[in-house]
Amino acid sequence: MLLRTDHGFNHRISSEITPAHVYAQRREFLQRMVAAGCLAGTGAAWAQSPVARPGKLAALNAKVSTLAGAQARDTPTPYKNASTYNNFYEFGTDKSDPAENAHTLKTQPWSVEIEGLVKKPGRFNLEDLLKLSAMEERIYRMRCVEGWSMVIPWVGYSLSELIKRVEPLGSAKYVEFVTLADPKTMPYVGSRILSWPYTEGLRMDEAMHPLTMLSFGMYGEVLPSQNGAPVRLTVPWKYGFKSGKSIVKIRFTENQPATAWNKAAAHEYGFYSNVNPNVDHPRWSQASERRIGDGGILAKKIKTLMFNGYEAQVGQLYAGMDLSKNF
Amino acid sequence: MPWRRFLLWQHATSLLHGLLSLPFIWLLWALFNDALGANPAEALSRSTGDWTLRCLCVVMAVTPLRHVTRTPELIRFRRILGLATFFYACLHLLCYAWFDQGFELNDMVKDLVKRPFIWLGMLGFVFMLPLALTSSNSAVRWLGGKRWRQLHSLVYVLPLFALLHFYWMRAGKNNFAEVWVYACILASLLAYRVWRWIKSSHSVRPTA
Repeated sequence: MLLRTDHGFNHRISSEITPAHVYAQRREFLQRMVAAGCLAGTGAAWAQSPVARPGKLAALNAKVSTLAGAQARDTPTPYKNASTYNNFYEFGTDKSDPAENAHTLKTQPWSVEIEGLVKKPGRFNLEDLLKLSAMEERIYRMRCVEGWSMVIPWVGYSLSELIKRVEPLGSAKYVEFVTLADPKTMPYVGSRILSWPYTEGLRMDEAMHPLTMLSFGMYGEVLPSQNGAPVRLTVPWKYGFKSGKSIVKIRFTENQPATAWNKAAAHEYGFYSNVNPNVDHPRWSQASERRIGDGGILAKKIKTLMFNGYEAQVGQLYAGMDLSKNF
Repeated sequence: MPWRRFLLWQHATSLLHGLLSLPFIWLLWALFNDALGANPAEALSRSTGDWTLRCLCVVMAVTPLRHVTRTPELIRFRRILGLATFFYACLHLLCYAWFDQGFELNDMVKDLVKRPFIWLGMLGFVFMLPLALTSSNSAVRWLGGKRWRQLHSLVYVLPLFALLHFYWMRAGKNNFAEVWVYACILASLLAYRVWRWIKSSHSVRPTA
């Protein structure tokens, strides 16, 4: 018996065998380490963006955000779709218009004026805004009020970083966002569709919520003009139109600001406009959505989630509110 | 006149058939070559609707054109144009039922109540059905010329449904430029008939 016969996968002490479910956990463990930033020193190398750069515009480097809710597991929408299917009425009302017409937008020089109820009003140049806080990549779902959605990796940081810098007064209850309205470069400014400039607004606690993002890029590159270059808002739990593009002014107010779509049709577009499958648009259901770029023409629509799936993060902002009245 | 000879040419109708199927062929090609943009379902729904409306304009222009240009030969093409309108309307309805509603009857009923422009479109389709079903020669014989003509005067309500359907669809974006273009075309085609009718009712009809 000098030669041991091969018993194959045969262990005398079964306790030495790593149970399969524990073995499988090592992947998850590593992922969690990365996500939680435990590997802080090597984090930059480890936490590579899961989304490939399209290679169309200048790169905008960012670290992968570790904020809760900032890494949607949904498959990101192809860049081609996200950059050719847009609502940006200053450049036309067809979804393909902005990609065709927005090349006229001049994004340099650019500045954002801060005014209203703050201790430190003033003007931020784009260069200063880009350096104001560390750039993060966040993958958000984006649900349009029209019933379609995308999944987009944005680059930017929490709007709260900027708000803290300008020190709002206690009387500041709302934040108004004013976007560019330049008839020379925007062919549809002056049309009667909406009143220009396009303005939007948030309650102060919504604006301060870490998920509310000031975005400068997407897919690892600076924003294409049609997506709201050079700086826009991204509020993932509200219908897309709440996230103003090409922002030139941020104003802090005591009273709820007027918003563009609310002025155009108050019974259809409320100030809050949180994604809500239980509150239909007066003219169509909001219970489901078509995910753009997902599985082709025969793909079924998917169920719309409360607060676009961000209920765990933002639900408490609306505790006790009647969301069918405050739609 | 070579123009009128062309209208009577035996293959002229086949040529028209071919022309009218071009949008359909293009849409099919675009569908399989990823040329319909980011939302192909929406693109198909909208363009089949557009082509229904365009065909309706053309078919309603046949009679005025016959009179104004004194080319009675044009009557040869009216049925083909009418059926093409119906064909694109069927595709349009299919796109809605399939891509928008996933053939869920319950959802469709709910949607009909929710969206007025949907039931206007449906109603338009319902009014098209008897016209399409009685388009054959045998149907004309079976109904008799007079009753057939009476039934087919239903076509005059179609512009109303089609335009309201289109208008209401575009109302969300206050974007009516195209709606007005179609409205002007269809209104003038209907106005022509009203004018003819007034003129004929004032003139002394020859007896027997």
